[in-house]
Amino acid sequence: MQELTFTTLIAVFEEIFGRGLFWAMVAAALVVTLAYLFVLVRDRSMSMRKFLLAQLSMPFGAVAAVIFVEVMTNSHLRDIGGPVDVIVLLGVAAMGAVGAAILVYTAQSLFFRTKTG
Amino acid sequence: MTLTGLPTSRRGFLGLGAAGLAAAALARPGRAQPIATTARIVIIGAGAAGTALANHLVQRLTGAQITIVDARAEHLYQPGLSLVAAGLKPAAYTLSRTTDWLPQGITLVSEHAAAIDPITKTVATTSGQNLSYDYLVVAPGLVLDHDAIEGFSLDLVGQNGIGALYAGPDHAARTWAAAAQFTETGGIGLFTRPATEMKCAGAPLKHTFLIEDIASRSAAAGKYEIHYAAPQQALFSVPIVHEKLRMLFGQRGIAAHYGRTLAAIDPGAKRATFVETVTDPVTRIETKSRVEMPYDYIHVIPPQRAPEVIRQSGLSWADKWTDQGWVEVDMKTLRHLRYPEIFALGDVAGVPKGKTAASVKWMVPVVEDHLIAAIEGREGTAVFDGYTSCPMITRVGRAMLIEFDYHNNLVPSFPGIIAPLEELWISWLMKEVALKATYNAMLRGRA
Repeated sequence: MQELTFTTLIAVFEEIFGRGLFWAMVAAALVVTLAYLFVLVRDRSMSMRKFLLAQLSMPFGAVAAVIFVEVMTNSHLRDIGGPVDVIVLLGVAAMGAVGAAILVYTAQSLFFRTKTG
Repeated sequence: MTLTGLPTSRRGFLGLGAAGLAAAALARPGRAQPIATTARIVIIGAGAAGTALANHLVQRLTGAQITIVDARAEHLYQPGLSLVAAGLKPAAYTLSRTTDWLPQGITLVSEHAAAIDPITKTVATTSGQNLSYDYLVVAPGLVLDHDAIEGFSLDLVGQNGIGALYAGPDHAARTWAAAAQFTETGGIGLFTRPATEMKCAGAPLKHTFLIEDIASRSAAAGKYEIHYAAPQQALFSVPIVHEKLRMLFGQRGIAAHYGRTLAAIDPGAKRATFVETVTDPVTRIETKSRVEMPYDYIHVIPPQRAPEVIRQSGLSWADKWTDQGWVEVDMKTLRHLRYPEIFALGDVAGVPKGKTAASVKWMVPVVEDHLIAAIEGREGTAVFDGYTSCPMITRVGRAMLIEFDYHNNLVPSFPGIIAPLEELWISWLMKEVALKATYNAMLRGRA
């Protein structure tokens, strides 16, 4: 690859998903992240009860992310060939886990607000 | 856990977000001023190279008359053909329309170039239209000489165990139909490559590896043998890559036969005839003999040559590749050695390496630089050093990201992170997910 600039990267992602879907996904990720920050700021505290459920969702998010990537790319766990592959796999799993946790926490805070918190 | 000191009202929160967006907008890099010119630029070929260059030029020039000559309505994403021929993608994966990628403000002449006169600086099209140029870029690709293989014709592809994936999306899909049957019933798989220069010299190997991998997990497991016959004395022109591939062939039980050029096939008897060239190690005298090899599945790749219009125009090398006719250009600037207003890009360029889309990505900015420098009356500085990239698929799910240059050096894009000679999942992911996207971004002049 000649040079990997930020604009090249954006162009590549636009081509992978299509311009509309890519920016819709970016928007969705931003909305969830902003909503998460919003509930943190609004509540001025983290609810450990909600966080517990969020943590419980993390393994499911991790596994779902790995399965999603493997199904989308015709690959299997047996294709792991070197250290960098393990790092990529863990990265995908970690993103899935964190994404699921944020989503679950935010959803609870926004839609199932309880006084006990 | 308590957070303090942050704006906690909705208004404050939105303000914070707006400030972030404004900062992101300001961070966008500026663009150089376009150069005003009335130059007439003719590009022959709207494939990967011609299209990418046209998109680059419209961003850099204003007032130029850019004409692109190509009769093909369909644009082919050729790196996808290997995936189609292994049943991993449908034929449509490689197809789009030529006009989808071309910029506004240029003229598309939907005809083939019939003649090029470098003295009077004109290109004649098949309908007799004459296009005068100040600068000419030849990027018509190459032609597959299927007739050179006796007994073979394209309508045989897909039946009786005959495959030929280079011939296009439909033939790649039919190649998979024939190969798929082999992966179910087994027998002898015979994979070839031509003696000429060829586009993506890795593709013959990818097809071999993919079909072997799929067969090993299908009904044919344990009931097949794989033979790879090549005219060359190596599996790959870069020695260190050859050695790695030789070891992989050993591990996978693929038999390599060097010095064998496919000359004829007998589809009825399922036998292929090769011309075997053996060089005496002492006297260096070559002896040629004919060797027959049986097959149940054969992958045919015909000799490849420059299009007739190029070979008739006097633009080809006179002393090199005389049977193939590649354009005589400086290997570093891609500028014609006798006609400085002519450049060649992509498959047709007579340079030692670089008949891949990845090379095109590096060639286009070099031609752009020298062409624009010529318009401005100065010398260009960009240099093409033979960069070629080959995501060498070794299994469904694994590949080696091999990148090299004219000097047979490996030039990895991600040194220390993605090892070039290791079969990795990440390299497969790049081929599977990012490559077509990068290619499309390149076509649009954005990568």
